[in-house]
Amino acid sequence: MSELSLFPLAFWLLAAVTVVSAAGVAFSNNIVYSAFALMGTLLGAAGLFVLLAADFVAVVQVIVYVGGILVLMLFAVMLTHRVGDVRVSNRAIGRWPALGIILFIGVVMARAIFATSWHEIAPGTPAPTTYGIGDQFLTQYILPFELASLVLLAALIGAVVLSRKELKGEAE
Amino acid sequence: MIGLSHYLFVSLLLFLLGLYCVLTRRNAIGILMGVELILNAANINYIAFARHSTGAYDGQIFAIFTIMLAAAGAAIGLAIVLGMYQTFQTIDVEAAETLRG
Repeated sequence: MSELSLFPLAFWLLAAVTVVSAAGVAFSNNIVYSAFALMGTLLGAAGLFVLLAADFVAVVQVIVYVGGILVLMLFAVMLTHRVGDVRVSNRAIGRWPALGIILFIGVVMARAIFATSWHEIAPGTPAPTTYGIGDQFLTQYILPFELASLVLLAALIGAVVLSRKELKGEAE
Repeated sequence: MIGLSHYLFVSLLLFLLGLYCVLTRRNAIGILMGVELILNAANINYIAFARHSTGAYDGQIFAIFTIMLAAAGAAIGLAIVLGMYQTFQTIDVEAAETLRG
Protein backbone atom coordinates (compact mmCIF):
# COMPACT_ATOMS: atom_id res chain seq x y z
CA MET A 1 0.00 0.00 0.00
CA SER A 2 2.80 2.39 0.86
CA GLU A 3 4.39 1.73 -2.55
CA LEU A 4 1.17 2.70 -4.24
CA SER A 5 1.00 6.02 -2.42
CA LEU A 6 4.71 6.69 -2.88
CA PHE A 7 4.62 6.35 -6.66
CA PRO A 8 2.50 9.45 -7.41
CA LEU A 9 4.58 11.45 -4.93
CA ALA A 10 7.78 10.45 -6.74
CA PHE A 11 6.19 11.27 -10.09
CA TRP A 12 5.04 14.74 -9.07
CA LEU A 13 8.38 15.53 -7.43
CA LEU A 14 10.36 14.46 -10.51
CA ALA A 15 7.94 16.25 -12.83
CA ALA A 16 8.28 19.43 -10.77
CA VAL A 17 12.09 19.22 -10.82
CA THR A 18 12.08 18.65 -14.58
CA VAL A 19 9.68 21.43 -15.49
CA VAL A 20 11.00 24.03 -13.04
CA SER A 21 14.59 23.49 -14.20
CA ALA A 22 13.42 23.66 -17.82
CA ALA A 23 11.83 27.01 -16.99
CA GLY A 24 15.19 28.02 -15.56
CA VAL A 25 16.85 27.09 -18.84
CA ALA A 26 14.30 29.07 -20.82
CA PHE A 27 14.06 32.21 -18.67
CA SER A 28 17.45 32.66 -17.01
CA ASN A 29 19.46 35.72 -17.95
CA ASN A 30 22.80 34.05 -17.36
CA ILE A 31 23.92 31.29 -19.72
CA VAL A 32 25.91 29.55 -16.97
CA TYR A 33 22.78 29.34 -14.80
CA SER A 34 20.92 28.00 -17.83
CA ALA A 35 23.52 25.27 -18.26
CA PHE A 36 23.22 24.19 -14.63
CA ALA A 37 19.43 24.29 -14.79
CA LEU A 38 19.69 22.02 -17.82
CA MET A 39 21.40 19.49 -15.54
CA GLY A 40 18.30 19.49 -13.29
CA THR A 41 16.07 18.89 -16.29
CA LEU A 42 18.17 16.01 -17.58
CA LEU A 43 18.38 14.35 -14.15
CA GLY A 44 14.63 14.79 -13.64
CA ALA A 45 13.96 13.20 -17.01
CA ALA A 46 16.25 10.32 -16.05
CA GLY A 47 14.16 9.88 -12.88
CA LEU A 48 10.99 9.80 -14.97
CA PHE A 49 12.58 7.10 -17.14
CA VAL A 50 13.20 5.05 -14.00
CA LEU A 51 9.55 5.47 -13.00
CA LEU A 52 8.64 4.24 -16.49
CA ALA A 53 10.72 1.07 -15.89
CA ALA A 54 13.36 2.07 -18.44
CA ASP A 55 16.44 1.59 -16.27
CA PHE A 56 18.95 1.24 -19.12
CA VAL A 57 17.77 4.40 -20.89
CA ALA A 58 17.94 6.31 -17.60
CA VAL A 59 21.57 5.31 -17.11
CA VAL A 60 22.40 6.16 -20.72
CA GLN A 61 20.72 9.54 -20.20
CA VAL A 62 22.82 10.29 -17.13
CA ILE A 63 26.10 9.16 -18.73
CA VAL A 64 25.66 10.69 -22.18
CA TYR A 65 23.70 13.85 -21.39
CA VAL A 66 24.90 14.88 -17.96
CA GLY A 67 28.38 13.45 -18.32
CA GLY A 68 28.94 14.35 -21.95
CA ILE A 69 26.73 16.93 -23.62
CA LEU A 70 26.37 19.19 -20.57
CA VAL A 71 30.11 19.26 -19.91
CA LEU A 72 30.68 20.01 -23.60
CA MET A 73 28.22 22.91 -23.38
CA LEU A 74 29.91 24.32 -20.28
CA PHE A 75 33.24 24.10 -22.11
CA ALA A 76 31.76 25.99 -25.06
CA VAL A 77 30.34 28.66 -22.74
CA MET A 78 33.66 29.13 -21.01
CA LEU A 79 35.59 29.18 -24.31
CA THR A 80 33.37 31.73 -26.00
CA HIS A 81 33.12 34.32 -23.23
CA ARG A 82 35.90 36.34 -21.81
CA VAL A 83 36.58 34.96 -18.37
CA GLY A 84 36.59 38.47 -16.89
CA ASP A 85 32.95 39.00 -17.84
CA VAL A 86 30.96 39.25 -14.63
CA ARG A 87 27.59 38.98 -16.31
CA VAL A 88 27.67 36.32 -18.99
CA SER A 89 24.79 37.48 -21.12
CA ASN A 90 22.08 35.31 -22.55
CA ARG A 91 20.12 37.85 -24.52
CA ALA A 92 16.53 37.08 -25.46
CA ILE A 93 14.34 39.00 -27.88
CA GLY A 94 10.70 38.82 -28.94
CA ARG A 95 9.45 37.45 -25.63
CA TRP A 96 5.78 38.33 -26.10
CA PRO A 97 5.27 36.89 -29.61
CA ALA A 98 7.10 33.75 -28.52
CA LEU A 99 4.89 33.45 -25.43
CA GLY A 100 1.83 33.80 -27.66
CA ILE A 101 3.06 31.08 -29.98
CA ILE A 102 3.84 28.59 -27.20
CA LEU A 103 0.53 29.36 -25.44
CA PHE A 104 -1.37 28.66 -28.66
CA ILE A 105 0.53 25.43 -29.38
CA GLY A 106 0.28 24.40 -25.72
CA VAL A 107 -3.50 24.81 -25.56
CA VAL A 108 -4.01 22.90 -28.81
CA MET A 109 -1.72 20.04 -27.79
CA ALA A 110 -3.05 19.84 -24.22
CA ARG A 111 -6.59 19.54 -25.61
CA ALA A 112 -5.36 16.81 -27.94
CA ILE A 113 -3.69 14.95 -25.06
CA PHE A 114 -6.71 15.00 -22.78
CA ALA A 115 -9.38 14.54 -25.45
CA THR A 116 -7.83 11.47 -27.08
CA SER A 117 -8.65 8.09 -25.62
CA TRP A 118 -5.19 6.51 -25.79
CA HIS A 119 -4.78 2.80 -26.19
CA GLU A 120 -3.49 1.96 -22.73
CA ILE A 121 -2.47 -1.36 -21.31
CA ALA A 122 -1.89 -2.10 -17.66
CA PRO A 123 1.88 -1.78 -17.17
CA GLY A 124 3.50 -4.94 -15.89
CA THR A 125 5.88 -5.17 -12.99
CA PRO A 126 9.18 -3.39 -13.73
CA ALA A 127 11.88 -5.80 -14.90
CA PRO A 128 15.48 -5.31 -16.06
CA THR A 129 15.45 -4.20 -19.69
CA THR A 130 19.12 -4.52 -20.62
CA TYR A 131 18.88 -8.06 -21.94
CA GLY A 132 15.88 -7.31 -24.13
CA ILE A 133 17.34 -4.09 -25.51
CA GLY A 134 20.66 -5.72 -26.35
CA ASP A 135 18.84 -8.60 -28.01
CA GLN A 136 16.79 -6.23 -30.18
CA PHE A 137 19.86 -4.17 -31.07
CA LEU A 138 21.64 -7.20 -32.47
CA THR A 139 18.65 -8.71 -34.28
CA GLN A 140 15.86 -6.42 -35.42
CA TYR A 141 17.73 -3.10 -35.19
CA ILE A 142 21.16 -4.25 -36.37
CA LEU A 143 21.26 -1.92 -39.40
CA PRO A 144 20.35 1.30 -37.50
CA PHE A 145 22.76 0.23 -34.78
CA GLU A 146 25.68 -0.06 -37.20
CA LEU A 147 24.67 3.14 -39.00
CA ALA A 148 24.68 4.89 -35.62
CA SER A 149 28.34 4.07 -35.17
CA LEU A 150 29.06 5.52 -38.63
CA VAL A 151 27.15 8.70 -37.75
CA LEU A 152 29.10 9.06 -34.52
CA LEU A 153 32.39 8.59 -36.34
CA ALA A 154 31.41 11.20 -38.93
CA ALA A 155 30.35 13.62 -36.16
CA LEU A 156 33.64 13.07 -34.34
CA ILE A 157 35.77 13.76 -37.41
CA GLY A 158 33.53 16.66 -38.42
CA ALA A 159 33.85 18.30 -35.01
CA VAL A 160 37.63 17.95 -35.08
CA VAL A 161 37.86 19.39 -38.61
CA LEU A 162 35.53 22.28 -37.76
CA SER A 163 37.18 23.36 -34.54
CA ARG A 164 40.89 22.95 -35.36
CA LYS A 165 42.97 26.04 -35.87
CA GLU A 166 43.17 27.13 -39.46
CA LEU A 167 46.74 27.22 -40.66
CA LYS A 168 46.70 30.02 -43.20
CA GLY A 169 49.37 29.99 -45.87
CA GLU A 170 50.82 26.62 -44.92
CA ALA A 171 48.47 24.64 -47.13
CA GLU A 172 50.05 25.80 -50.35
CA MET B 1 -3.27 7.01 -10.55
CA ILE B 2 -0.49 8.21 -12.80
CA GLY B 3 -1.32 7.32 -16.38
CA LEU B 4 -0.06 7.97 -19.87
CA SER B 5 -1.54 11.46 -20.14
CA HIS B 6 0.38 12.69 -17.08
CA TYR B 7 3.67 11.87 -18.76
CA LEU B 8 2.48 13.37 -22.03
CA PHE B 9 1.59 16.59 -20.22
CA VAL B 10 5.02 16.87 -18.55
CA SER B 11 6.58 16.23 -21.94
CA LEU B 12 4.37 18.92 -23.49
CA LEU B 13 5.54 21.48 -20.91
CA LEU B 14 9.15 20.53 -21.59
CA PHE B 15 8.60 20.89 -25.33
CA LEU B 16 6.97 24.32 -24.96
CA LEU B 17 9.79 25.62 -22.78
CA GLY B 18 12.32 24.30 -25.29
CA LEU B 19 10.44 25.96 -28.14
CA TYR B 20 10.37 29.24 -26.23
CA CYS B 21 14.11 28.93 -25.65
CA VAL B 22 14.77 28.33 -29.36
CA LEU B 23 12.51 31.21 -30.40
CA THR B 24 13.82 33.90 -28.07
CA ARG B 25 17.49 33.14 -27.42
CA ARG B 26 20.03 35.01 -29.48
CA ASN B 27 22.93 33.12 -27.94
CA ALA B 28 23.83 30.11 -30.13
CA ILE B 29 24.53 27.89 -27.09
CA GLY B 30 21.16 28.91 -25.59
CA ILE B 31 19.45 27.77 -28.78
CA LEU B 32 21.26 24.42 -28.59
CA MET B 33 20.00 24.04 -25.00
CA GLY B 34 16.45 24.60 -26.24
CA VAL B 35 16.96 21.86 -28.83
CA GLU B 36 18.12 19.51 -26.09
CA LEU B 37 14.95 20.27 -24.09
CA ILE B 38 12.79 19.42 -27.10
CA LEU B 39 14.66 16.15 -27.69
CA ASN B 40 14.16 15.21 -24.03
CA ALA B 41 10.44 15.86 -24.36
CA ALA B 42 10.37 13.48 -27.33
CA ASN B 43 12.26 10.86 -25.33
CA ILE B 44 9.78 11.03 -22.45
CA ASN B 45 6.97 10.49 -24.95
CA TYR B 46 8.70 7.49 -26.53
CA ILE B 47 9.28 5.78 -23.20
CA ALA B 48 5.84 6.64 -21.81
CA PHE B 49 4.22 5.05 -24.86
CA ALA B 50 6.54 2.05 -24.62
CA ARG B 51 5.47 1.50 -21.01
CA HIS B 52 1.79 2.34 -21.15
CA SER B 53 0.73 1.59 -24.71
CA THR B 54 2.79 -1.14 -26.38
CA GLY B 55 4.71 -2.87 -23.61
CA ALA B 56 7.59 -3.58 -26.02
CA TYR B 57 11.20 -2.38 -26.18
CA ASP B 58 10.88 -0.38 -29.40
CA GLY B 59 10.20 2.94 -27.69
CA GLN B 60 13.23 2.60 -25.43
CA ILE B 61 15.44 1.69 -28.40
CA PHE B 62 14.28 4.78 -30.28
CA ALA B 63 14.98 6.88 -27.20
CA ILE B 64 18.54 5.53 -27.16
CA PHE B 65 18.93 6.42 -30.84
CA THR B 66 17.62 9.93 -30.09
CA ILE B 67 20.14 10.36 -27.28
CA MET B 68 22.91 9.22 -29.65
CA LEU B 69 21.84 11.66 -32.37
CA ALA B 70 21.57 14.45 -29.79
CA ALA B 71 25.14 13.79 -28.72
CA ALA B 72 26.35 13.91 -32.33
CA GLY B 73 24.32 17.06 -32.96
CA ALA B 74 25.65 18.79 -29.85
CA ALA B 75 29.25 17.95 -30.78
CA ILE B 76 28.85 19.36 -34.30
CA GLY B 77 26.77 22.33 -33.12
CA LEU B 78 29.28 23.35 -30.48
CA ALA B 79 32.15 22.98 -32.97
CA ILE B 80 30.26 25.32 -35.31
CA VAL B 81 29.71 27.76 -32.42
CA LEU B 82 33.42 27.76 -31.66
CA GLY B 83 34.22 28.36 -35.33
CA MET B 84 31.73 31.21 -35.38
CA TYR B 85 33.36 32.70 -32.31
CA GLN B 86 36.75 32.60 -34.01
CA THR B 87 35.32 34.42 -37.04
CA PHE B 88 32.98 36.98 -35.46
CA GLN B 89 34.30 37.23 -31.85
CA THR B 90 30.71 36.71 -30.67
CA ILE B 91 28.14 33.92 -30.60
CA ASP B 92 25.14 36.21 -30.97
CA VAL B 93 23.31 34.72 -33.95
CA GLU B 94 22.20 38.15 -35.17
CA ALA B 95 25.81 39.25 -35.56
CA ALA B 96 26.52 36.42 -37.97
CA GLU B 97 24.38 37.51 -40.88
CA THR B 98 26.93 37.64 -43.68
CA LEU B 99 25.04 34.90 -45.52
CA ARG B 100 21.86 36.99 -45.57
CA GLY B 101 21.02 38.09 -49.13
